[in-house]
Amino acid sequence: MEVRSCKRERFKEALIESMPIVLGYFPIAMAFGLLSKNTSLSLRDTSLLSAIVYAGASQFMALDLISAGVNPPSIVLAIFLLNIRHMMMSASLSVEFKNIPKKFLPLLGGGVTDETFSVVSFNKDKIDLVYVSTIFLMAYLSWNIGTIAGYFVGEILPESLQASLSIGLYAMFAALLFPEVKKSKNTLAIFFISGILYAVLYYSKLFASGWDIILAIIIASALGVLIFDHKEEERES
Amino acid sequence: MKGYLPVIIGMALVTYLPRVIPLMALKDRKIEGKMKRFLQYIPYTSLSVLIIRGILTSSQDMMVPTILGISSAAILSYLKGNLVLSVFVGILVSYILLQQNL
Repeated sequence: MEVRSCKRERFKEALIESMPIVLGYFPIAMAFGLLSKNTSLSLRDTSLLSAIVYAGASQFMALDLISAGVNPPSIVLAIFLLNIRHMMMSASLSVEFKNIPKKFLPLLGGGVTDETFSVVSFNKDKIDLVYVSTIFLMAYLSWNIGTIAGYFVGEILPESLQASLSIGLYAMFAALLFPEVKKSKNTLAIFFISGILYAVLYYSKLFASGWDIILAIIIASALGVLIFDHKEEERES
Repeated sequence: MKGYLPVIIGMALVTYLPRVIPLMALKDRKIEGKMKRFLQYIPYTSLSVLIIRGILTSSQDMMVPTILGISSAAILSYLKGNLVLSVFVGILVSYILLQQNL
């Protein structure tokens, strides 16, 4: 009985906490569906992109590259580069997913996006199979239903609404990150270190887009360990 | 039109594998100490990078609404700790600003 009510509680929490993702994904997915149709992709290919590639910005980039006539291997490489950051996110999640049975990981892993990763990572104490799969599934449904909706009725969404809902996803990143500043001032330092590092890499144009993201994440995380590690150790012991 | 299927499958593989391999490979490993902390920093650093990237890569007329939308969500979440409310206000702020631009 108690286990069941706890599961229901987790399910409800996950539904509420997935709302910013659901709301943010839907209009972007609609925009994707519409653009894909205008790029003359079939309904099958459009929904297949959202269903099995399932990678927001990459899908827009794919449309760009397809319509520019770029050869398939280069398209695949570009998409790979843009998404290797998910390796770091998935590695980070592996530490938190210890209580989730391994057989679910191939399926759950496919649901890792910037947004689902963020919500789950900042609710570590709630992580279990019900919580994670609910968040992941809601995001996936929103993205895929939105895509198909956009393919058929994409024109109906006003541009300013679409734009502000997509800004909403960045607002979500900020709303997950900044309450942590109260727990530890290091979070603010980490924010500035990561941000400045990325900005430098971005403007230096030394690395292709994608590499600059993952490099900034790796270097900033390593700096975090080097700079703040001894303090954390003291607190733990 | 039929030619898109191979490239879609290729893209699916290169987005799926990076998401699943680390999760599976590290599942049974005991990760401790510095490595564990490194991985635990990743949510913080990647969100920070994504936020700044969102601002830097936004188009000129989107830049101000993006910055103010993000900032208002950041401040509100810091004060109230309510995720959904903060995101909603962030969207509202950027929507109002975008309305005035267009």
